Amino acid sequence: MTDTELKRTPLFDAHSALKARMVDFGGWNMPVQYSGIIEEHNAVRNAAGLFDVSHMGEIEIRGPEAQRLVDYVSTNNAAKLKAGQAHYSALLYEHGGFADDILVHKISDAHFFLCVNASNQEKDFEHIRSLNSFEAEVDFASERYAQIAIQGPKALSILQKLTEAKLDEIKYYWFADGSVSGVTARIARTGYTGEDGFEVYVAPENAFRIWNELLSAGAEFGMKPCGLGARNTLRLEAKMALYGHEITASINPFEADLGWIVKMDKGEFVGRAALEMALANGITRKLTGFEMKDRGIARDGYEVWVNGEPAGWVTSGGPSPTLGKNIGLCYLPAENAAPGVPIQIQIRNAPVEALTVPTPFYKREKA
Amino acid sequence: MSYPETYKYTKEHEWVNADGGTGTVGITDHAQHELGDIVFVALPKKGTHLKKGDTLGSVESVKAVSDIYAPVSGEVIAVNELLSNSPEKLNQDPHGEAWLAKLKLSAADEVGGLMSAADYQQYIGAE
Repeated sequence: MTDTELKRTPLFDAHSALKARMVDFGGWNMPVQYSGIIEEHNAVRNAAGLFDVSHMGEIEIRGPEAQRLVDYVSTNNAAKLKAGQAHYSALLYEHGGFADDILVHKISDAHFFLCVNASNQEKDFEHIRSLNSFEAEVDFASERYAQIAIQGPKALSILQKLTEAKLDEIKYYWFADGSVSGVTARIARTGYTGEDGFEVYVAPENAFRIWNELLSAGAEFGMKPCGLGARNTLRLEAKMALYGHEITASINPFEADLGWIVKMDKGEFVGRAALEMALANGITRKLTGFEMKDRGIARDGYEVWVNGEPAGWVTSGGPSPTLGKNIGLCYLPAENAAPGVPIQIQIRNAPVEALTVPTPFYKREKA
Repeated sequence: MSYPETYKYTKEHEWVNADGGTGTVGITDHAQHELGDIVFVALPKKGTHLKKGDTLGSVESVKAVSDIYAPVSGEVIAVNELLSNSPEKLNQDPHGEAWLAKLKLSAADEVGGLMSAADYQQYIGAE
C-alpha cells in the first residue's frame, strides 16, 4: 500500500506542516512522532500534549430502544448512564471474545454516541447492525467527526482558553456539548494516557483551525503535538488495553482484567452465556504486568517462560519514560498471575529475567 | 550532522573508520534519525569473530528493534560500554562518542568496497 492509498485525517496538512514522521497505522497515514516519543511522552505527564485521533470511528444509535440495543451489544450497563455521562465498555462475540473496546456516551435516552477503534469501525458497525432487532437506528458517523485529544495536567487550562464550557464542572468520564473556537464540539473528559484531559469531537472541516488554535493556546504551557508513539507508551504505563494486543477475538474480558466493564447482572447481552461458562470453568490465564530485571526490552509476541517452560506471551512492551524501566504486559497462567513471580522473556531466542509487578505501572495523583 | 570523509559507509547505514588493522564501527546519523529515541543497544562480546554482514548487535528505539550488521569482517576487540548506560548518546553523537565496537580487521580490503561519504549522502538522499 502506498502513502496515497492510505486514509488521511482532516489534520494531514497540519502534520505535514509540523514535519511529523508518518506511518501506516491500520490503513491510516498517521503521525507516529513530531519532536521525539520520549519528549512528547514527558510533555503529557508534566504539561500537556495534543493528539490527532480523528482516525477513531464514531457510531450513533438513536431511537426509543437505543439503550436496549447498546445494552444488548455491549458489556457495561448503559441503562445506568445519565445523559452527559460516558463509560468504557466492550463489544463481544457470542463466544465471549472481544470484537472491540469502545466508549459509550449517553446523549439522551434515545441517543447514544459510540467511539470505536479505527481499524474496527466498519466491522463494529456491521456487527451492531446485524444484532439490531430493536427500535433503534445504527448510524455510521465517522465521516462527520474529527477527534482531537488534549491530555495532561495543563489540558484544562489550555482548552478553557477556547471554550465557554465550564470545564472544571465536567467530571471524569462525563461530557458536554458546547463549542470550541466558536463551533459546535462535544467535549468529553476522557483519554488514553493516564492523565487528566479531554477528547474533543468536531466537524472535520473545523478540525484544522481548532488544532492550530489549540497549539497556539498551549504554547505558553509547554504543550507539544504528540504522535501514536507517545500515545502507546502513555497508555501502556496506565495499563490501558490496545485492541489487537491485550484484547483480541480469542481473549475474554475476565482474562484481560476488564471484569469491571462486564455487568453480568444487567440481563441478556451478546457473549454473556460464554462468559458464564468461562467463569464456571475458572479463568485460566490473566493479563499481568512485568518489569525487566536484566537488560532487554520485551516486545509484542515474545514468549514468556515460567519455571523453565513456555507459559504465555507478551502483548505490549517497551521502555517506560516515566519510570525509567522497561515494562510490559503479558498473558500468564492464572496461578502465576500475581506480583512477584520471576519470569523469563525470550528476547531473540535468549531468556531475559523479568518480574511480575502490580499494575497500573503509573497512576496520576488525583488533584 | 556531517559525514566524516575518512569513514566508509554501508547501504544498511553502518560506518567503519579503518585505521591500520583496526576498524571502529557505528551507525550513521541518518540511521539514528530514522530510529528515533534510542533506548537500548545490544553489543557483541569481545573476542567474537564476525564475517561481513553478520549481526553485530541491535539497537532499540521506543518503537522497534533493528539489527546492526558488521560492515567488515573481523574480531571484536572492544565494545563501547558508554552505550549500556547511555544509549541516548547514539542519537546525539553517532559518528563520534557513540561508536559501537572496534574490530581487528580480518579482510582489510573489504573497506575499499564500501561507500564514500559523498556516495552515502547521495544514497540516503535518493532512498
